[in-house]
Amino acid sequence: MDIDKISEEEQKNSLSKVLEVLKTMASKPSGFIGLFILVFHVVLASVSPFLAPYDYKAIDPTLMLQAPSSEYWFGTDSLGRDVFTRTIMGGRTALTITFFGSLIALLWGGLLGIFCGLVGGKIDDVVMRIVDAFLSIPWILAMLLIVSLLGTSTEVLIPALGFFYGKGIVRVARAATHDVIAKDFIVSARARGHSNMSIIWNEIIPNVRDAILVEGAMRWSWMLLGFSSLSFLGFGVSPPTPDWGLMISNARGLMSFAYWAVIAPVVGLSSLIIGINLTADAFAKALGIDRSTKAPV
Amino acid sequence: MLFLIIKRILLGFITLFIVSLITFVGTEVLPGDACTTYLEREAYGAALEACYKRLGLDIPAYERYLSWAYNVIQGDFGYSLSGQMPINEVLGPRIKNSMVLASAAIIIGIPLALILGIITALWRDKLPDLAISTITIFAMTIPEFISATLLILIVAIWLQWLPGIVIVPTDVTFFELLPNIILPVIAIAMIMTAHMARMVRSSVIQVMASDYIQMAILKGVPYWKMVFKHVLPNALLPAINVVALTIAWLLGGVVVTEVVFNYPGLGRLVIESISNRDLPTVQALAIILASIYVSINLIADLLTLALNPRLKSLQIRK
Repeated sequence: MDIDKISEEEQKNSLSKVLEVLKTMASKPSGFIGLFILVFHVVLASVSPFLAPYDYKAIDPTLMLQAPSSEYWFGTDSLGRDVFTRTIMGGRTALTITFFGSLIALLWGGLLGIFCGLVGGKIDDVVMRIVDAFLSIPWILAMLLIVSLLGTSTEVLIPALGFFYGKGIVRVARAATHDVIAKDFIVSARARGHSNMSIIWNEIIPNVRDAILVEGAMRWSWMLLGFSSLSFLGFGVSPPTPDWGLMISNARGLMSFAYWAVIAPVVGLSSLIIGINLTADAFAKALGIDRSTKAPV
Repeated sequence: MLFLIIKRILLGFITLFIVSLITFVGTEVLPGDACTTYLEREAYGAALEACYKRLGLDIPAYERYLSWAYNVIQGDFGYSLSGQMPINEVLGPRIKNSMVLASAAIIIGIPLALILGIITALWRDKLPDLAISTITIFAMTIPEFISATLLILIVAIWLQWLPGIVIVPTDVTFFELLPNIILPVIAIAMIMTAHMARMVRSSVIQVMASDYIQMAILKGVPYWKMVFKHVLPNALLPAINVVALTIAWLLGGVVVTEVVFNYPGLGRLVIESISNRDLPTVQALAIILASIYVSINLIADLLTLALNPRLKSLQIRK
């Protein structure tokens, strides 16, 4: 068998493995619901600009705080903007920023964790002390400081979120590496004289990939939560961009007589976070990883 | 054993030392210093120089760090920029208020989480488990600001049972504060309870499946005696560390909850000092919050050590 054939076969295998994992995830009701919600939100976020009945930033003082009606399904907000339009578009920024943020977190956290787990010794000690120190600073304080000094543009938010949510992955990846490092195939790769890089790439990553991916999926939902909290506090997406966290914070003061402007984004954000959470849980179970006894760090 | 305890405490101090370096270097490396960010557009000429002089920013960074760290060790955080007040005076009442909030949430949360976790584990996959587990998933995934906002909407606005937001000065007495904390405590306790109940559940389930419990069942030990004597002590020990991490993690969430309820605690001070660009106060807050995190973890570590003879010998061998 020549090399092309092997790689082709591998590709087919990895595709069928993905399908199999998805099938296992959807076979349980909670996993099915989670996947359904997640797919619904991703589709909605991609097509909502074409579905939106009104302009999301069109301000009309004559239409302030209208109750839901056949014309304005979810009513209007304090500036007379259509709440339905803003709600269906409200997940776009949050989903995009946190998705890329999680990817960055996965990459640097995973690689640093694997590296530390493999080399051990002094380097490992020093890096883990620094990671511990970062873990003990509440994420919100650090994020707020960075955002208030550097601004709330996407180029700041994505790397900052990626950095602060990746430090927990370092620990997970390191622990997973420790589990495989004593196995025979690592010892024999060393005996064959392979370099650290080649051992990481060919031996360790395939074996710790599942654990890190599961951790990344979970972190996606936490990052979404954190990002929405930032928006809610006024340190995230800047107006008039529609964003659920920002919408809730704006409509909160008037909710005693215009509750619809709060309820719609609340349902949007809660359902997305629950959806990602259920999906991540089902993903972990499908890959045979138990993360129910872990703390949310 | 003594050696181990001393080592843990030392590691905690090393972590705090690195935190102090990070916060100091962080505020140093990021563009703008305390004076330019605080004065914003008026940051030039005499005003800027006066500010530099007042904060001692005209001396080299490492000297400033040393004198700052020396004062912090003695419990003096210097002066805040906006209020021109000693940071200690600003922090004192805030810490007290946040402590009241956090301890009330912990006192309610831990027993409730134990009960719910044990019920869901013993009736695994039956109706009580499905009902409680569904609720806990909702409670732990929904962001703090959403559950807090919904609480205000339902309890304070629609039912009008309790005041929605806290309108008290920062230095109120304990008894004046008490009626105001009910809703914030519920909001924090809800998320905390949900997280811990899930951990207790899986911990109990793990122990129930172990060999020695199977053995006890075969021997005919009465069910409840087995639960209380054999399952719970073994299930709850590993949970201590995780509970500590959860409490520490919630420090970030408390910031948001305090803002929603306008509660005069440390969390609101975080937002206020960052909005006012008051970097000395932000540095002090970072050190204080990190010390709380480190000490909670340290207490949990020592507690687990003290309660579990097996772990003791294991770690000495390591």
